[in-house]
Order: sequence, then structure tokens, then C-alpha cells
Amino acid sequence: MKQLDAERQMKRRKRKNTIFHVLFLSSTLFGVVALGMLLIQILSDGLGWLNWDFLTNNASRKAERSGIKAAIAGTLWMMSITAPLSFIIGVSTAIYLEEYAKKNWFNRFIQTNIANLAGVPSIVYGLLGLTIFVRVFGFGKSVLAGSLTMTLLILPIIIVASQEAIKAIPVTQRNASFALGANRWQTIIRVVLPSALPGILTGSILSFSRAVGETAPLIVVGAVAYITTLPSGVFDKFTVMPIQIYTWANLPQEEFHHVAAAGIIVLLFMLLSMNAIAIFLRNKYQKKN
Amino acid sequence: MKQSKQDKERNSFMQRKKGFNSLDRLMPIILAIIAGISVLTTIGIVVILITESAGFFQAVSIVEFLTGTEWTPLFADPKFGILPLIMGTFMITLVASIVALPIGFGSAIYLSEYAPKKVRNFLKPILEILAGIPTIVYGFFALTFITPIIKLMIPQTDLFNALSAGIVVGIMIIPMISSLSEDAMNAVPNSLRYVAYAMGSTKLEVALKVVVPAAFSGIVASFVLGLSRAIGETMIVTLAAGALPNMDFDFLKSIQTMTAYIVTTSQGDTAYGSVEYRTIYAVGITLFVITLLMNIFAGYISRKFREEYE
Repeated sequence: MKQLDAERQMKRRKRKNTIFHVLFLSSTLFGVVALGMLLIQILSDGLGWLNWDFLTNNASRKAERSGIKAAIAGTLWMMSITAPLSFIIGVSTAIYLEEYAKKNWFNRFIQTNIANLAGVPSIVYGLLGLTIFVRVFGFGKSVLAGSLTMTLLILPIIIVASQEAIKAIPVTQRNASFALGANRWQTIIRVVLPSALPGILTGSILSFSRAVGETAPLIVVGAVAYITTLPSGVFDKFTVMPIQIYTWANLPQEEFHHVAAAGIIVLLFMLLSMNAIAIFLRNKYQKKN
Repeated sequence: MKQSKQDKERNSFMQRKKGFNSLDRLMPIILAIIAGISVLTTIGIVVILITESAGFFQAVSIVEFLTGTEWTPLFADPKFGILPLIMGTFMITLVASIVALPIGFGSAIYLSEYAPKKVRNFLKPILEILAGIPTIVYGFFALTFITPIIKLMIPQTDLFNALSAGIVVGIMIIPMISSLSEDAMNAVPNSLRYVAYAMGSTKLEVALKVVVPAAFSGIVASFVLGLSRAIGETMIVTLAAGALPNMDFDFLKSIQTMTAYIVTTSQGDTAYGSVEYRTIYAVGITLFVITLLMNIFAGYISRKFREEYE
């Protein structure tokens, strides 16, 4: 009798385990299904509207003549400033924190500060950019103001990623370099950075793709939605792809939703290629180590 | 001849060494200055939010701002009570957490405890892609896919409504909650699991009675961070939740969040320096303080209650 009870209990526990196994699996699959539906929805909405004209036309009040050229140009202009600037500042900060900084209150403060900055809502960076770059520095609603705002926004992500990459370099490599008579800076430039570079690049590219997809702070900084000429310098007005998509999606006419979806396909294509490069770099250099 | 060549080499070697030596003294200073930029950013955010909203609080009392139940800054008779915007933000966050917390938690348990390595290597990158999709795309998805489905089921739903936006904000934060919780569970050493298995536990018992309690602080921290992200989310709510600040607590109606208000107003033509213009900073500082407190709280619990297994 007792034997039977124990068996029954065991069965119940196993059944419970199976039920929850299915539940946990389905919550994981929920994300996959959501991604699938999102992609199908956007492809079915936008693929028919995606053609060469769409890529080479400027924005227009007519849906069938709308194009994303000015927005692509604006995004490229912005990234041509944001990418190198945030890379240099981010990697330098990471090197300082990992290689030079002593464990005192000031450096701990910088570290906490970076962690907190990563959690600040992006729109607050928009307010910062609007006040400092647009008004105080007098850059106006320009490519430069937008790029600098984006630089500050993605900086914490690059710093943390670069720190991780630098941390992963074994101490033995540094010691070997010191033993050969190299000083700290030589060791950093010749030993640490070359080994950490793939990791740093992966993190940087991922954060660049964050900048390419970010909308809200640039709206606050004043990137304009309707623009018919391409920017020709850093002080020109500009728009970027997400803002252009936002404007189209916000219009009541149904046709513009298709235009927005076509824009999203272009944007996602750009982001996925960037991510693919990042993953490629990671895999290629992971094998070596 | 040979001698001088050696000298030359030695000289140039010494020079390079000297160059590097002075660089070795110079670079830490340069790098420290560059590292200061992140501190300046924080100071900049705090200073501009305080100074710009100070002008606002000279015109509107803080009590009225924090307790008023009407937000109509652009009306002829403006009212500046932020509660409707906070209500809107809260409703979005509530819906998002109902969607994201159980699903994120469940998928973290699956990936950390149940999934075979192959399945995990397949599913993880997909969740990473989901995390990398821009919020504007999620907003479009809410507007053109989720909202029509809700309207199909409940016809009196507004075109812009809190439910649709909240669901999609939830979908957006799932990958974040899942991966942070999973990190916490992965940090639990296997010896604890083996002990439980040796006692005859099922996988579920190991997961819920051993791993989750041991990783509890990290899991809670991931929840708080996810919700803080939901509060700061902007484009989904701007696009799909509408622009009608109200206190009705009706998820099928149009609402407005703090973030959506800032975006919408900064697009308009409010005169620089006017009280209406300064509202975006007053709302901004409220948003900043709320998310900062949540982030600090998340950091505190994950440090304070972390179980150490060394």
C-alpha cells in the first residue's frame, strides 16, 4: 500500500515536471513567434513597395513617390561622426579604467556612474542634446548636434563592452610583455589592444546599430521629418531613417503605412548586416584564442 | 663605420624608448581626461534638468505639479498636474510586466535548466535579434498588427490604446529580462544542482527550489531593470498609445505617457523659454528620478542579497 502511494507521488512529480517543461519551452518560443510575426507583418506590408525608386527618391507628400534617400544620407552623415568619436572616447575610457585606474573612490565613482548612465532613458539624452548642443553650443538642429547626442547615448555601452574585452586578456600576456622590458603604455598598445580588438569591435558595432535605430532623442534634438535636400555639411538640417519611418507610420493614410513598412525593411536590413558582421568577427577570433 | 651604425641604432632605440616613456607618463593623464566625459555627461544631465525645470517650478508650484490630476499645458487655461502622465506610464508598465515577467522568467529557466546545448545555441541568437530591433519597428508592429487584433476582439477599442502599446513594450523587454535572469541562474554552481538531483529531485524541483532561490536577487534585479526600461520606452507608446493624458485607468482608451509627452511637445512649436516649453524638462526630471531610483534599487538588491559561492 505504502509502495503504491510513493509510486503515485513520483508519477505526479514527474507529470508536474513535464507540464512545466512545456510551459517554460513555450515562453521561450513566445519570443521566437513574436519575432516571426513581426517580420512577416512588415515584409507583407512593405515588400511590394520596396523598389529602386524608393531608395533613390526623397520624401514626398505622395505615398507612391516617397523615398528614403534623404533619411539614409542623414543616417550615414550622423554615423560618420558618431562612430569614430564614440569609439575613441569609449575605448580610451575602458583602457583607463582597466589598465591605469587605481581602486580608489574616484574610479569606483566613474564605474558606478557609467552603469547608471546606461540605464538613463534615451529621451533624457535628447533633452541633454537639445540644451547643450543645440542651444548652449549653438549648433542648431544640425547633423553635428544629433551626432554628439548619439555619441553620449551609446558611450556607456561601448565602454562596458570594451572593458569586458580588455578584462578577458590574461595577465600572463601582460607579464610577458613587462618581462621583456616594455612599459605599461607599450604593453597596452602592442599586446592588450590587438588581442582585445575583436571583442571591442563586436561591442562597438552592436552599439552603432543601437544608434542607427534610435529615434526619440533625435526627434527632441530637432532632426526634421520632412526634408527634400540632402545634408551637405555637419551644420545642415537632417533626418534619419527611424524618424522618417515614424513620420510615415504616423500619417493616417493607409498607403503611407506600406511606405513605412518598406522603410523598416531597409532599416532592418542595415541593422542585421551590422549584427552579422559583429557575430562574424566574434566567431572568427574566438576560435583563434 | 660599423660602430657608427650601431650607435645610430642605439640612439634611435633610446629615442624610441624615451618617446614611449614620456608617452607612458602622458597617456594616463589624457585617458583620465577622456574618461571624465562620462562624468561630465551625468553632471550635464542633472544640471540641465534642474536649471531648466527650476524656471518651470517658479511658475507652477511643485505641489500642484505632483498632485494635480489634469495635464493640459497647451490649453488657454493650462493645468500642470503630472499625475495623468504618471498614470499612463504606470498602465503601460503594468501591461508590459504582466506580459514580460512570467514569459521572461520562464524562458530564463528553460534556457538555463532545461534546454539541451544545441537548442540553446539556436534560441539565444534569436532572442538577441529580438533585443536589437529598434523600438520604432515595435511601435509600427503595435499599431498595424496588435491593435487590429484587439479591435477585432473588442470593437469599441480606440485606435490608439494602452493595451496594445503595453503588450508590445512587454515583448520588447522579454529578451532583457530573460538574459539577465539567465545570467543570474547560470551563476549558481552546479554542485548545488547535483546535490538536489542526488536526493531524487525532478528538474522542476531543482529549478524552483534550488536554482531560483539561489539566484533570487539577480532575478528580482532583472525584473526591476526591465520595468525601468518599460517606463523609459518612448517610440512604441508615442506611436501606439496616443496623446490623451487622462486618469481613467481604461486600457482600451488613448492615454499619454511621460516619454510620449516629451517627444510630442518637442516636435511642436512651443516658444523657447515659455512655461509650456519648460514642461518637457519638468516631466524629464520626473522620469529621470523614477528610473534612476529603480536602477539604483536593482543594483542594491543584486549586491546586497547576492549569495556568494566561492
